[in-house]
Amino acid sequence: MANPKSAYSVSSKKEKSNTHIIVVWVDNEAGVLARVVGLFSGRGYNIESLAVAEVDAKRNISRITIVTTGTPQVIDQIKLQLKKLVPIHKVADFKRNDKSVIFKEMALFKVVGNPGKIKKAINACKKYNAVILDKTKKSNVIQITALRRDIDKMTKNLKKLGLVSVSRTGAVAMTRGDKIFN
Amino acid sequence: MSKLYSGAEIVFKCLEDQDVEFIFGYPGGAVLPIYDELKNHNTIKHILVRHEQGAGHAAEGYARSSGKPGIVLVTSGPGATNVVTALTDAYMDSVPLVCISGQVPTHLIGTDAFQECDTTGITRPCTKHNWLVKDIKDLSKIIHEAFKVATTGRPGPVLVDIPKDIQFAKTSYSKPKFEKKLNGKSLNHFAQKDIDKMIDLMNKSKKPVIYSGGGVINSGPEASDVLRELVELTGFPITSTLQGLGAYLGDDNQFLGMLGMHGTYEANNAMHDCDLLINIGARFDDRITGKIDEFSPKSKKIHIDIDPSSINKIIKVDLALVGDVKEVIKGINKTLKKKNIDLKKSNKQKIAKWWEQIQKWRTKNSLNFINSDETIKPQHAVKRLYELTKDKDTFITTEVGQHQMWAAQHYKFNKPNRWMTSGGLGTMGYGLPAAVGVQIAHPKKLVVDIAGEASVLMTMQEMSTAVQYNLPIKIFILNNQYMGMVRQWQELLHEKNYSESYSEALPDFIKMAEAYGCKGIKADKPSELDEKIREMVEFDGPVIFDCRVDPNENCFPMIPSGKPHNQMILGPGEKEENKITGKGKALV
Repeated sequence: MANPKSAYSVSSKKEKSNTHIIVVWVDNEAGVLARVVGLFSGRGYNIESLAVAEVDAKRNISRITIVTTGTPQVIDQIKLQLKKLVPIHKVADFKRNDKSVIFKEMALFKVVGNPGKIKKAINACKKYNAVILDKTKKSNVIQITALRRDIDKMTKNLKKLGLVSVSRTGAVAMTRGDKIFN
Repeated sequence: MSKLYSGAEIVFKCLEDQDVEFIFGYPGGAVLPIYDELKNHNTIKHILVRHEQGAGHAAEGYARSSGKPGIVLVTSGPGATNVVTALTDAYMDSVPLVCISGQVPTHLIGTDAFQECDTTGITRPCTKHNWLVKDIKDLSKIIHEAFKVATTGRPGPVLVDIPKDIQFAKTSYSKPKFEKKLNGKSLNHFAQKDIDKMIDLMNKSKKPVIYSGGGVINSGPEASDVLRELVELTGFPITSTLQGLGAYLGDDNQFLGMLGMHGTYEANNAMHDCDLLINIGARFDDRITGKIDEFSPKSKKIHIDIDPSSINKIIKVDLALVGDVKEVIKGINKTLKKKNIDLKKSNKQKIAKWWEQIQKWRTKNSLNFINSDETIKPQHAVKRLYELTKDKDTFITTEVGQHQMWAAQHYKFNKPNRWMTSGGLGTMGYGLPAAVGVQIAHPKKLVVDIAGEASVLMTMQEMSTAVQYNLPIKIFILNNQYMGMVRQWQELLHEKNYSESYSEALPDFIKMAEAYGCKGIKADKPSELDEKIREMVEFDGPVIFDCRVDPNENCFPMIPSGKPHNQMILGPGEKEENKITGKGKALV
């Protein structure tokens, strides 16, 4: 295990860690996010990113999407421990490289500089569904949606094109086709 | 329009509908409306403790010995923070508690008001669930749900935080609805084919061992009956965790004694060498497994547990049956009988050699100790206590440390719910208040707290509670003047540097007993021990028994840190060759 729980569980075998996306449906009530996040920190699991919002106002259900890494044993524990929480309805989990699932993150870039540089920046963003949200003579706010590694790449590349501020969300996920999570 | 009740009245209406008879609690500003209402409900008796931690442990003792949830009532702020240790203890050992705490009025929450704390925030990681009641209309529903969460599935503590203004506010009362499912969290997930598979494994096994735990106790007395039937039907050897003691007969020939860090040689070696390990209601705790890489390396493993998250958490198993232990074993026994598989006969030859091997291990007599005529050996004291109380239906609680392990090793339990000890959290100071709770649940029975002098001082104030309610609990202190387990580890691991583990200026326990208004008894010599124990048992009232024992005695056998089951330290003569080295030293 990545994080030995006790004296005796110092394992000499190293299992491979994988990145997983865990999706949880919860009652949208006070403290529910703290319960989920507290479970992760209390048991020493990672959170790489987190996205949460209400998805069903009538039934009062929120959907939490958590990106985490762990060995298969740890990922199983995360799911089983989450299922024990009273306000949690269901838990789904996907490997990051699962082709049947769409993962997306969104980022806002503020680029400041002369029009030539800004244009170059916009061009660089084009293949990631770029949308210009704000425009002045000296600056632009560009929104892109992409995978994490693409956003990482863009944040690096845009530095020389006048990037001054980045704001980004955690990943959200949805299955392809007509299937839904059960 | 139905009748309107205040929040405080609703609390009691809920408790009445849940058949609550006792509340363990301590009043304070933020729960005064609830305390004011107490007088109108004579089916519910309040037990006034001397510290909120005591209320929590007393409720644990009550719950564990009776099978009913324990109820705790505390005030806001320090009342709530004092009960956190007991809630954590109950969480680790799966004891159903419902804790009701007062909170500052709603409009003051978040203002750092007097005796305000974020109770639901603090208790979130040590309860199964908790609620802050913000609307009087939710109160009855929440309290009934709290009882349901505490008592279903793997039991555990819950907390309901009620602001003072909610206790005064009025609304109508709704009775509990018992059919409500907790987000579909059902309990039994095993199928007949799993049972068939298990029986197939049992049939093939040549070296089986059953390892049962606290889950059998939590499943109710019937679970112990069916477990005994299963052991009888199969002829398999059985060992038990600390929490599982009493589920199976402690003095039966098929019982190998407790396993784990201070378990018997035969139990631990059977765990290590077996080819089939059947875990019933236990959780592969680190005190049980020893080094996990070398844990039971040659066995197929079956795990029966009500909590799916216990499966494959520490040890990967070959077959898991998720469900109430009682129901699963019933299913196994039924199938065994229906298919007319007499494992006891058909397996007899197959496992005869295994039993021979176990007998060989037994000859090591690993619980042996060198007795003395001059000083009382603590093991001897526990053995005498057992011999002199075994014909009574005795309830034993303990504190935490060497005395706890000696009690587990030398006191033999033949019934479930007779043994209350803090296993998971290892809370010193658990035993005395737990004894208070046990005695409340069983007023006519003999209740003994086998204690250490260091542990018992942590919650000694609860003697006052025992005296107030005429609870004839017996505090049997194995007084060695040391924090014995700390001293033992310092001897084995830290070159006998007994840093801060000796208690100077211990109180005179006899005078202390007298000051509390109970009886004090002291025993110094082995020759007077029996007579003094009889005096304690026969005295009608609470007793503090100061049993002066050998201060240098160590608790053996022992699996040293970082070692597997088959490398135990047996006794004083053996330990040199089995020194704890390297990494093992850093382990807890």
